[in-house]
Amino acid sequence: MRLDLGAIAKAGTSKANQTCGWRNFKPIFHQEKCVGCGLCKIYCPEGCVTMVEKKKYTVDYTYCKGCGICAEECSSSDIEMVVEEK
Amino acid sequence: MTTTLTASKEQSCQTLLASGHTACTGCGEALAAKLVLGAAGSNVIVTDATGCLEVFTTRFPQSSWEVPFIHSLFENSAAVASGIEAALKSLGRQNEAKVIAQGGDGGTADIGLQALSGMLERGHDILYVCYDNEAYMNTGVQRSGLTPFDCMTTTSPYGEFSWGNKHNKKDMPGIAAAHNIPYVATASVSFPKDIENKVKKALSITGPKYLQIHSPCPLGWRSNPQLTITVARLAVQTGLYPIFEMENGKITKVRKVSTPKTPVEEYLKIQGRFAHLFKSPDGNEEIRKIQEIADRNIEKYGLA
Amino acid sequence: MSTTFIEGSIAVAKTVGVCRPHVISAYPITPQTHIVEHLSELVANGELKTEYVNVESEHSAASVVLGASATGARTYTATTSQGFLLMIEVLYNIAGMRLPVVMTCVNRAVSAPINIWNDQQDSLTARDSGWIQLYAEDNQEASDMHLQAFKIAENKDVMLPVMICMDGFVLTHSFEPIELILQEEADKFLPPFKPQYYLTPKNPLTFGAMVGPDGYMETRYFIEKTMRTSLQVIGDVAADFHNQFGRFQGGLIDTYKVEDASLVLVAMGSVIGTLKDVVDELRAKGQKIGILKVRSYRPFPKDEIYRALNHVKEIAVLEKAISLGYGGILVNEIKSVFYGKPKTPKINGFILGLGGRDITVDTIHHVIKDTVKATFEEKFVGLNEALIGGK
Repeated sequence: MRLDLGAIAKAGTSKANQTCGWRNFKPIFHQEKCVGCGLCKIYCPEGCVTMVEKKKYTVDYTYCKGCGICAEECSSSDIEMVVEEK
Repeated sequence: MTTTLTASKEQSCQTLLASGHTACTGCGEALAAKLVLGAAGSNVIVTDATGCLEVFTTRFPQSSWEVPFIHSLFENSAAVASGIEAALKSLGRQNEAKVIAQGGDGGTADIGLQALSGMLERGHDILYVCYDNEAYMNTGVQRSGLTPFDCMTTTSPYGEFSWGNKHNKKDMPGIAAAHNIPYVATASVSFPKDIENKVKKALSITGPKYLQIHSPCPLGWRSNPQLTITVARLAVQTGLYPIFEMENGKITKVRKVSTPKTPVEEYLKIQGRFAHLFKSPDGNEEIRKIQEIADRNIEKYGLA
Repeated sequence: MSTTFIEGSIAVAKTVGVCRPHVISAYPITPQTHIVEHLSELVANGELKTEYVNVESEHSAASVVLGASATGARTYTATTSQGFLLMIEVLYNIAGMRLPVVMTCVNRAVSAPINIWNDQQDSLTARDSGWIQLYAEDNQEASDMHLQAFKIAENKDVMLPVMICMDGFVLTHSFEPIELILQEEADKFLPPFKPQYYLTPKNPLTFGAMVGPDGYMETRYFIEKTMRTSLQVIGDVAADFHNQFGRFQGGLIDTYKVEDASLVLVAMGSVIGTLKDVVDELRAKGQKIGILKVRSYRPFPKDEIYRALNHVKEIAVLEKAISLGYGGILVNEIKSVFYGKPKTPKINGFILGLGGRDITVDTIHHVIKDTVKATFEEKFVGLNEALIGGK
C-alpha cells in the first residue's frame, strides 16, 4: 500500500476484513442431500462457498454475511438457515 | 449427523473478487462482478466508476480486486479504459490484458453516457459492463435513467400526486447498439452461466462490447436479501428485463419468458419499491401499464 | 539545434513530439487547436509514433491520459478556458493519483461572457489542484518548458502532473524564430518513463482506492511535501537544460535588472516581454527598475522571491486574473512572501489584460507612475471609462 503515491492498495487485501459480524442468520451446509449442482458457490456474493469434494460444499464463516441466497437456491434443500448465536 | 467437511484455507475464497468486501447482504452487484471476473480470468485490467462497487471493494488500505483495478471518477470509467487500451497498444503490451470498464446504471446511462458513447464510437477494444441495479444506490436510492416505470425511489417517491418514477427505463442497450458495435448483450445475475458465456464471447471479439447485467439491490429494492436471485429471475421470466444478445446490430439470441406467462405482479409484489401499487385498487391500473411494458418487450425481442 | 521561424503552437507541438509521448488525447478549443492539429499531423505523417485519441470532451481527454498514465504511458493533453474548467474534476484526480501527465493550458478568459482572448483566469482556477504550474514568457520558453515538464513530472521524487501555461493568441498564434529541439537532443535530456507502479496483471494493484478520515489528510500532506521537493527539481531541471542547450529562462523565477532596483514589476507569462521594453527605456533615463518573472506559480517559490526582492522599496504586481470578491491573486501571494519579515516594501496590485484587453507600453508606464505616486491594494488598469462611467 502506498498512500504517498495516490492510495495504491494491494490485491485481495480485503480478506483481512472479517464480515462475519454482520450475520444474523447462519447457513448450515448439511452435506447430506447435496447433488453437487454448485449453485451455492456460484451464487454466493461473498465468494466464500467452496467445494471440498464432489457433492460436498462448505462455507467460510469468516466472511459469510448470512444473506441466505445459498439456502434459497440450493437445488436439494440441503442448506438450512439458523439464527446466529452471538 | 455426519461430520461436516470444511475447506482448507487455500481452497476457500478463490475468486478474483476477494471476500471481505463490504457490499450489503445479498448484493446482486457484488455477485455480478464476481461472475464477470470469474469468466474473464486474471489477464484483465478493469476500471470502475464511482459507486457502490468501488466503495465496497476498495476501502484503503484494503482492496477486493485480485486483478489490476483503477477507479477515477463517476462519469469517466469508459474514458479511463480508453486510455488504458491506447496505452497498452502504444507500449506494445496489447496482449498482456483485456480491458474491462465497469459502471453502475447511473455511471453508465446518465452521467457516464457521453464518455461511453465516445468509447464505443472510437472502436476501442474494451468490454463495458453496466451493473444495472436501477437507481443511485450508493447515495441512497435516488432515481436514475434506468429506474423502471412507477418505481419508488427517494427522489421519485409515491405520494398523492405520484406513482413513483414517471419515466420509462432508458433503452441503454439500444443506445449502445446504435454505435454499430459488434456485440451488445443483457444478462441477469439469476443466470450465471449465461453471464459467463457472454463475458467470454465478448472478450473473444475485438472492438467495443456492451454488457448490461440486471443486479438486484435488496436495500434499494426493499427485497429480502435471500430472494436476490428469485427477484432477478422473475424480472426475466415476466419479460420486464429482456435477456438478449445482439451481434453486429442483429438480435441473435434471446432467453424466452416462462410459459404460461408469469404476470408482472409476481415480480412486483416481492419488492418494497413497488409496494405502493398494491395499496389501493387504483394501483391496478398502474400494474396494467407495467404489464404492457413486459408485453411490449416480449413482442419486441421475441421472448415468447 | 535548428532555428526556425515558426508559430508558437507548432513549436510546442514539435517539442511535445520529440518527448515521445505514448498517448495523446485532446478535444479542440480555440486557441489551443493549432497545437493538437499539428500533433495529429505528425501522427498522420508517421513522424510521431503515438496513440492519438480524439475524444468527445475535455473531461474525457483528461480521463484518457489519466488511464494511459496509470498504465505506464507518457501522456500529453492540451486545452484552454472552458475546456480547462470542464477538465478540472479530472485534473484534481490526476494529481491525487500522482500521475505525471503533462498538459498545455493555453491561457484564455472564462465565460460568461464568452470571450476567446487571453488572460490567465482559467489556469489560476486550478491553483490548488496539485498540478505544478509553469508560466512561459515567450515561445522559445514555452517550447523548451515542455521538455523540462516531462523530466520534472516523472522525477521519482515528484510524480506530479505539470501544466505549462502559455498565453493564448499572444504566444500560440505568434511567429518567432525558435530553436527547435531535435529528437536526439530530447532523448539525451529526457530518460524513458519507467514508473514504479502501473496497471498490469503482473502485479495487480488497485489504483484510486477510497480513503476515509483515517488517511485522506495524509494524501494531501504528501502532495504538499512533494510540492516543496519539486521546488528543487524544477530548478535542477532548468539548470540541466541550460547545460545541454545553453538556454536559461529562469528556474522557479527569473529576474531582469533587479539587483540594484528600487521598483520591481512582478508578473507571469507573455506580458514580461512588454515589461522589458519599458524597463530598458526607463533604465536608459536612469530609473532603477527591474522585473521579477514568476515562472513556477505552483509550487510558489516564496524564498526565492524574498531573496530576489528583499532590497526593493516598491513592487507593482501585474496580473491577468482576479479572485472575484477578493481582488488580485498574485499580488496577495507576493504580499504573503513579506509577512513577518523585517522590511516590507510597498506592494501595489494591478488587474489588467482581462479578456484580451491590450497591455501597451503606455499601460505599463501608467502602472509604474501609479506605484511611485500612491499606495493601494489593487486597481483595474485600462478600463474603458465610457463603459463604466454611468449614464
